[in-house]
Amino acid sequence: MNTPSEARQRPPIGMLAELTHRCPLQCPYCSNPVELTRKREELDTETWQRVFAEAAELGVLQVHLSGGEPALRQDLEALVASCAEHGLYSNLITAGVNISRARLEALADAGLDHVQLSVQGATAEVNDYIANLPGAFDKKRAFAAEVTDVGLPLTLNSVIHRANLHQIPDLVELALELGARRLEIAHAQYYGWALRNRAALMPPREQVMEALELVEAARERLKGKLVIDAVVPDYYARLPKPCMNGWGRQSLNVTPAGKVLPCHAAETIPGLEFWNVREQALGDIWQHNPAFNAYRGTDWMPDTCQSCDRREIDWGGCRCQALALTGDATQMDPVCELSPYHDEIQTLAITDSSRDDDFTYRRFAKSTPH
Amino acid sequence: MSADTDIDSDAAGVPDLHESDVVKIPRGVRLREDKARGGWVLLAPERVFQLDPIAQQVLTRVDGERDVAAIVDDLAQAFAAPRERILVDVRAMLADLITKNILEVA
Repeated sequence: MNTPSEARQRPPIGMLAELTHRCPLQCPYCSNPVELTRKREELDTETWQRVFAEAAELGVLQVHLSGGEPALRQDLEALVASCAEHGLYSNLITAGVNISRARLEALADAGLDHVQLSVQGATAEVNDYIANLPGAFDKKRAFAAEVTDVGLPLTLNSVIHRANLHQIPDLVELALELGARRLEIAHAQYYGWALRNRAALMPPREQVMEALELVEAARERLKGKLVIDAVVPDYYARLPKPCMNGWGRQSLNVTPAGKVLPCHAAETIPGLEFWNVREQALGDIWQHNPAFNAYRGTDWMPDTCQSCDRREIDWGGCRCQALALTGDATQMDPVCELSPYHDEIQTLAITDSSRDDDFTYRRFAKSTPH
Repeated sequence: MSADTDIDSDAAGVPDLHESDVVKIPRGVRLREDKARGGWVLLAPERVFQLDPIAQQVLTRVDGERDVAAIVDDLAQAFAAPRERILVDVRAMLADLITKNILEVA
């Protein structure tokens, strides 16, 4: 058994630093919350640098510099340098449409370890339609060439859904052509913007199964050449995903405004109060914020999960998904075949997959006067 | 986010690594001590490999200059163990990591 008090002694391994919600792209599956944080509310350079120092002290090994588009922060070089100074492995997660050669070299010089470039499709037509940004694909290709030319290792990441699922073989070819050493084929996860756009994104079941086989075959074929990691689409699954490898167990997110979360979507859960790095040290938040202990370990689990052999494999699945689909975050993840909601979720996915809704692109809400 | 994988020193690998090959840790992969949890880790894109003590002994000798034979000689001497057996284990471990794009033949 894993009680919250035992579990909270474990330090986190990874930290997602969401430096900004500003982004030139408008992907309809964005993992950012529907209510985006504005520039004036973002943490300043010094606060982020303190957070990196505290993260290293706490035991974090890897920092994922993300957004929004992290390169819209003018201080990105200083933030990368701060990660390097504290021995943190830095991973830049970027759309790759606004980083010049000179800036890329400056980031490399500051100690950047790795670049993860998103592509929304394998062709300009599909990519630019999904990102809602004409010309984006050509910029991404040029950026990828510069990343490998500078000598930084490159991962290509593509979020997969109904409008680009047919391009999986082309994405594999693109990754090879661009010199990526790693490819992430990440089926959309339905939170935030993706939840709002689910009826426009959900692929049909047969196509998902075919896509999984294609990825598996490519992974075998390209062993030693290209590492392919897949994030599976869980609405059609029998077993829930081990979301974040357990709530408050291995990783944490810091939002642009400084809130510390166990995952992207945790703020959707009512009744949890998340502490802010402006007021508290990261280690105190990790250990003592009641929101981090709310679903830590196994004690919080419903009886069916508590008595399940997989309780420390899938860690009860995803709390945000339980909330989104059943209205109750303490429910079993409805993806699990033992959940009373399981059949309903499968039906919902099949229904969504046959609709022809348009995208609601990710945008800031219209400005309200303050 | 971070996959959490252990490296076994007896992991099965691809056996086509020669004693004269020089192996290196490529850019984008870092070997460091993990003070918070104890032991050593290899940090790679979206991955953290926790090393067992034997893997740590092998990988701290991977410097991009010594060939496999030199690393095996050094280990055989340091641990007073039969060279043939060490060679088999080291080769399997390094080949496995090369397959995973975590190490490269220089």
